[in-house]
Amino acid sequence: MKSQTIALIKKDILIEFRQKHTLYGILLYIASTIFVIYLTLNEIPDVSVWNSLFWIIQLFVCVNAVAKSFLQESRGRMLYFYSIASPIEFITAKLIFNVILMLLMCLISLMLFFLFLGNPTISIPLFIGVSMIGGIGISLVFTLMSAIAAKAQQNAALMAILGFPVILPQLMLLMRLSKVALGEVFREGAIIQLTGLILLLDLMVFVMAVVLFPYLWKD
Amino acid sequence: MKKNWWKISSFLLLVYTIIAGFLFDVPRLPILNETIRNLYFHVCMWFGMMILFSVSFAYSIKYLKGFDFRNDIIASSFANIGILFGILGYLTGILWVNVTWITDQSQSLGSVLKEPKLIGAAIALLIYGAYFVLRGSFTDIDKRARISAVYNIFAFAMLFPSIWIIPRIVGSLHPGAPGSDTGNPALDRKDLDGAMRAVFYPAIIGWTLLGVWIAGLKIRIDYIKNKNIINE
Repeated sequence: MKSQTIALIKKDILIEFRQKHTLYGILLYIASTIFVIYLTLNEIPDVSVWNSLFWIIQLFVCVNAVAKSFLQESRGRMLYFYSIASPIEFITAKLIFNVILMLLMCLISLMLFFLFLGNPTISIPLFIGVSMIGGIGISLVFTLMSAIAAKAQQNAALMAILGFPVILPQLMLLMRLSKVALGEVFREGAIIQLTGLILLLDLMVFVMAVVLFPYLWKD
Repeated sequence: MKKNWWKISSFLLLVYTIIAGFLFDVPRLPILNETIRNLYFHVCMWFGMMILFSVSFAYSIKYLKGFDFRNDIIASSFANIGILFGILGYLTGILWVNVTWITDQSQSLGSVLKEPKLIGAAIALLIYGAYFVLRGSFTDIDKRARISAVYNIFAFAMLFPSIWIIPRIVGSLHPGAPGSDTGNPALDRKDLDGAMRAVFYPAIIGWTLLGVWIAGLKIRIDYIKNKNIINE
């Protein structure tokens, strides 16, 4: 079970390196979006605008980065996976791979944000931590949505429609939590509570994905 | 006739709700005044919506257990009527907002509407809107039923945490918000005048039964439409 999951993750990473154009495509997407924001804003945005722009960009980057994880698999290849792996192994591998991918994208977009839009944070490692937690949650939700959208033979637009209402509460929590790194003072215990809530939601999404994916799997 | 008792009681309860709701005496509080009568309509819509969505969720699980096509029809019909109740809840809410929350006429609507309950309801409506978009994108009936059931279960399970969580993030003008001295609105005995409770509880039951009734009619129409598939 473990070895098969790891093998599937390895396969995804390998594909990513073989077909470099998709990876570069997403990187370019991040860079150009942030560049557009930089050009359309006349001055460095204030803290709350910076924060909300950052999370909106994360959302759209995730839609684009994760969308292809199921759409790229051809019918024949899915049939092959069907014969060699169980659905739980398959979805676990996809979830983990997408989390890794999303964390990478988070870091890159954060770097570009610092470069183009200034650095309003009081502690960079703290903000990186928050964005990592956020990246995990967002990528988990959109992986399952991508699996659903792929069944409908649809593009990323359907994925966004399906995923946005579900991710909204988590996004609001993350916006709130990221204010820790932006200099807002919280009452004692609130930070741990917020982080715990987000992680609990992540866990729930993971469990739901593992439980529900077998029904998406068979055709 | 045996099966019709709940339809008759729904009708009677609603007649009672409308007559009692408009004519009975209600306590007058500042700002709220007579608008409190909207409680019998507005709040019941939200109760009805959540109950209908819960039924839809239950039938989606049931569908995945046995792949009975009838359960899919039931799930989608209940979701459909749930959306109707949600929209009605918004409409009755708008009337109420106009006279109670917006006290200053130059105040923008946007400043009032960042409300946990409004956000929760908006999420619910967006989710079920997406549910129907998803359903519309399939041509294969079995596949449509299966995939949309998966989405329904996932989205509904995520909806409830969000309803609990969001009030912690944004403040609320609704009763029962943290910081106000009231408890859970509508369910706490201390919140509501006794005479009003005598109308409010029957109203919830009446409106919900009406929703179930409408959904039942829609289910029957869909059964007839898909007669060939169900009988196989």
